[in-house]
Amino acid sequence: MANATDISISKTFIAGLWEENPVLRLLLGMCPTLAVTAAVKPALTMGCSVIFVLICSNIVVSLMRNLLKPHLRILMFTLTIATFVTIADLFLKAYVPDMSETLGPYIPLIIVNCIIICRAEACASQNGLVVSVIDAIGMGLGFTGTLCVLAGIRELLATGKVFEIVVFAARDPVTNEGWFTPWAAMGMPVGAFVTLGLLLGLVNLITKKQA
Amino acid sequence: MDTVTVLLMGFISIMIVNNMVFSKFLGICPYLGVSGRIDMAFGMGCAVTFVITLSGALTWLIDYCVLQHLGLEVMRYVCFILVIAGAVQLVEMYVRKFFPAMYDSFGIFLPLITTNCAILGLCLFINLWGIDNLPEAVVLSIGAGLGFTLAICIMAGIRENLALADVPICLKGAPITLITAGILTLAFMGFAGMIR
Repeated sequence: MANATDISISKTFIAGLWEENPVLRLLLGMCPTLAVTAAVKPALTMGCSVIFVLICSNIVVSLMRNLLKPHLRILMFTLTIATFVTIADLFLKAYVPDMSETLGPYIPLIIVNCIIICRAEACASQNGLVVSVIDAIGMGLGFTGTLCVLAGIRELLATGKVFEIVVFAARDPVTNEGWFTPWAAMGMPVGAFVTLGLLLGLVNLITKKQA
Repeated sequence: MDTVTVLLMGFISIMIVNNMVFSKFLGICPYLGVSGRIDMAFGMGCAVTFVITLSGALTWLIDYCVLQHLGLEVMRYVCFILVIAGAVQLVEMYVRKFFPAMYDSFGIFLPLITTNCAILGLCLFINLWGIDNLPEAVVLSIGAGLGFTLAICIMAGIRENLALADVPICLKGAPITLITAGILTLAFMGFAGMIR
């Protein structure tokens, strides 16, 4: 019995990372994915905030799942999420003000991030505490991972750096040193849309091969 | 500049130059989900425009007249989301009563307007830009709603034609839609700098 539970828990965890990866497979939470991935650092901050909110809201929703009236549940989910997002927002403002500045309204916009409300509805409102938390961690890591991959590609092509460390030496217009010509378009909205489109295509290709 | 010019500039700016979908990445979920057919896209755009106008005005009033006076800025997000949820509920009841066919075809996407980031996003931007009068807040809200409608209708028109095109199999569906959206953004970037 204990063994079976272990298997289902590890399955829940892995599912969030790949099979049901929120961005790449379920197409949830696209707005932050596109908006904050111009560089890795804001993407990572965003991912961590989402993990925090996801875990906390899953815990609360899971604990109160038996008390919820069906027609009021979405409202309750949203209020729970809004509370935790306020906490995360104040925390970032206090301890990492520069990141809070960069991310701007996208931190409060976690409230309407479909991933969180989807997990509250699909997982936490039907499962116990442990499964809900594991699910939240898996989903959160899947989201953060995707964000970082996308941000890594975009930052590398737009500036030649990853995590603000120089990888490709960008050409200096005066001394003409370095060989890499930065793709300005990658830092713009168009880069976000096209890179994510191609990434989704790649994932489709890989899953087709496996099947 | 007189008031009318300021309002007009703000309107054009948020509708075209700083379009919610193309430059702020807000409202991507319905933008990808409902843009399959042009009539549904237009209906969705109208619903969003209505909700965004209502909630833009209401959240500005609540924020400016109540929260800032009482020093309760911490409660801002909770209040905003409650106003939006209420407005969506109103639209949902209206559509179900008067346009039942449209209600059926929207399915899950109608209640999901609540979690449309364009709406909460606009309320937050109005707050962030420090808009201090109601007419400007209302005009910006209408502009943002119309901008969203414009974006989703253009996309639906393209996708109706895209359905007939020969797309590589792994790019079918969401990937090609995203790439198309990217190219559309590029077109809209031509407006950048027209108004700050």
